[in-house]
Amino acid sequence: MEFFDIFLLEAVINGLLLGGLLALLALGLNLVFGVIDVVWICYAELIMVGMYTIWWLHAEQGVPLWLAFACGIALAAVLGALLHQFIVRPVLAAEPINQLLVTGGVLFFLQAAATVLFGVEFRNIGVRLPGVSIGEVNLSVARLIAFGVALAAIVSTYLFLTRTYIGTAIRAISQDRAIMPLMGVDSSRIYLLTSALGGALAGLAACLLVLQYDIHPAIGLSFGPITFLICVLGGLGNLIGGFLAAFVFAQFISVGGFVFHLEWGYVLAFMFFIVMMFWKPQGLFARRR
Amino acid sequence: MLAVNGLNAGYGSFQALFDVSLSVGAGESIAVIGPNGAGKTTLLRAISRLIDASSGELTMEGRRYNELPAHQVVSLGIAQVPEGRRLFPRLSVEDNLKMGAFTPAARAGYRERLDFVYSLFPKMKQRRMQLAGTMSGGEQQMCAIGRALMSRPKLLLLDEPSAGLAPVIVQSIFELMQRIRAEGYTVLIVEQNIRQVLQVVDRAYLLETGRIRMSGAADELLASDEIRKAYLGL
Repeated sequence: MEFFDIFLLEAVINGLLLGGLLALLALGLNLVFGVIDVVWICYAELIMVGMYTIWWLHAEQGVPLWLAFACGIALAAVLGALLHQFIVRPVLAAEPINQLLVTGGVLFFLQAAATVLFGVEFRNIGVRLPGVSIGEVNLSVARLIAFGVALAAIVSTYLFLTRTYIGTAIRAISQDRAIMPLMGVDSSRIYLLTSALGGALAGLAACLLVLQYDIHPAIGLSFGPITFLICVLGGLGNLIGGFLAAFVFAQFISVGGFVFHLEWGYVLAFMFFIVMMFWKPQGLFARRR
Repeated sequence: MLAVNGLNAGYGSFQALFDVSLSVGAGESIAVIGPNGAGKTTLLRAISRLIDASSGELTMEGRRYNELPAHQVVSLGIAQVPEGRRLFPRLSVEDNLKMGAFTPAARAGYRERLDFVYSLFPKMKQRRMQLAGTMSGGEQQMCAIGRALMSRPKLLLLDEPSAGLAPVIVQSIFELMQRIRAEGYTVLIVEQNIRQVLQVVDRAYLLETGRIRMSGAADELLASDEIRKAYLGL
């Protein structure tokens, strides 16, 4: 029985670590939605592009890992800005369904492009980080790093949004876009910056995921839907709600997967989501309007 | 300081302003009065470049700025307090004020400006961490005026500052206008509350259905038969 409890503790801790990573994934998507009011359905595919970039630079071209990481983040940021400028901006005034369709189109485009360029084989960067034991609890170093970096990125983003002029404008623009010019703010510039920041967060997520998972063209499907559900559960566009929802979801996956079976963790998490959508369709931590 | 010459403007095919000309000298306080729907708000929107003029000229301190993007108008020294206050409801009072100091020139003097606005409105200092949307209408109006003052404007545009406020608060808003005037600001104010606004400005223009009908010193207008009959019910 005592043995069992150690594994349960391990599952809870792993859930916590996963929660940090999922919270980072949700942050980028939520930020873009909260400010621009458009859901990037292809968000996880930006992460996929970042992962391939890191793999190609490091494993194929021999670029040092840190530089490959920096390039992956930079490329994802540029992609985010391009996505806004050429895909999202023309449909800003369109129906939400059209906005979903165009960013959904980008999802398939990026998947197909990755397949053409790199094939369907699973790739990995060939970096295997060791495990670490604290007492009888075994943890993965890659997960610990991912958790630490994700939390640091979330805190930095929070400080950026609350302490700087640009960050304050990013929060303000979602509340009243029409009067931003009276503040001297160029709204299109703020949108572009937010999109680049959303892309950069996807790039950072790619750095963390590439240490734990193999890369293939459909890897976005492993993270995309769950990221979207977390954002919805936390109340779309609500950054703090998304942060908390990520940890709730991660515990369902981790502890549920431990108690039953790995795949059952996901089933439980999605069941919880469906029940919550009936009970609180506006999200667990919906903004009061 | 500000000159509007032969301004025509509107929304799409609807023309709201016809050949409007007015001028505001440095240190003056000017009112544009008139009934609902006369085009007063449209006039301020055109001056702030939120809408394009179809013809006519806008000049600030001798510089023609007809084609300037709206977000650069603040840098000319023109700040607007929009109709209905339009604070960012889920930002704190202080973050709202911070938005008023967004332009690079205003950021440099942010601390100093903040102290100035807090000395003008001590209540805002008490409420600095409160979400702006949770304050009363009068407090929100103070915050909106403070936000506009944060950019260190030369010209302050006020759009219906008394609209939607209780009569007691309206009185205090007009007292506030006088204090702002006393600080040496040049003010262009748009109001329906004609009797009260004419007591705090130097000159006024009467705008009706998009055209300037009358203009002159505030006390002259207040005494004129036309205004007394049509607007003051005397």
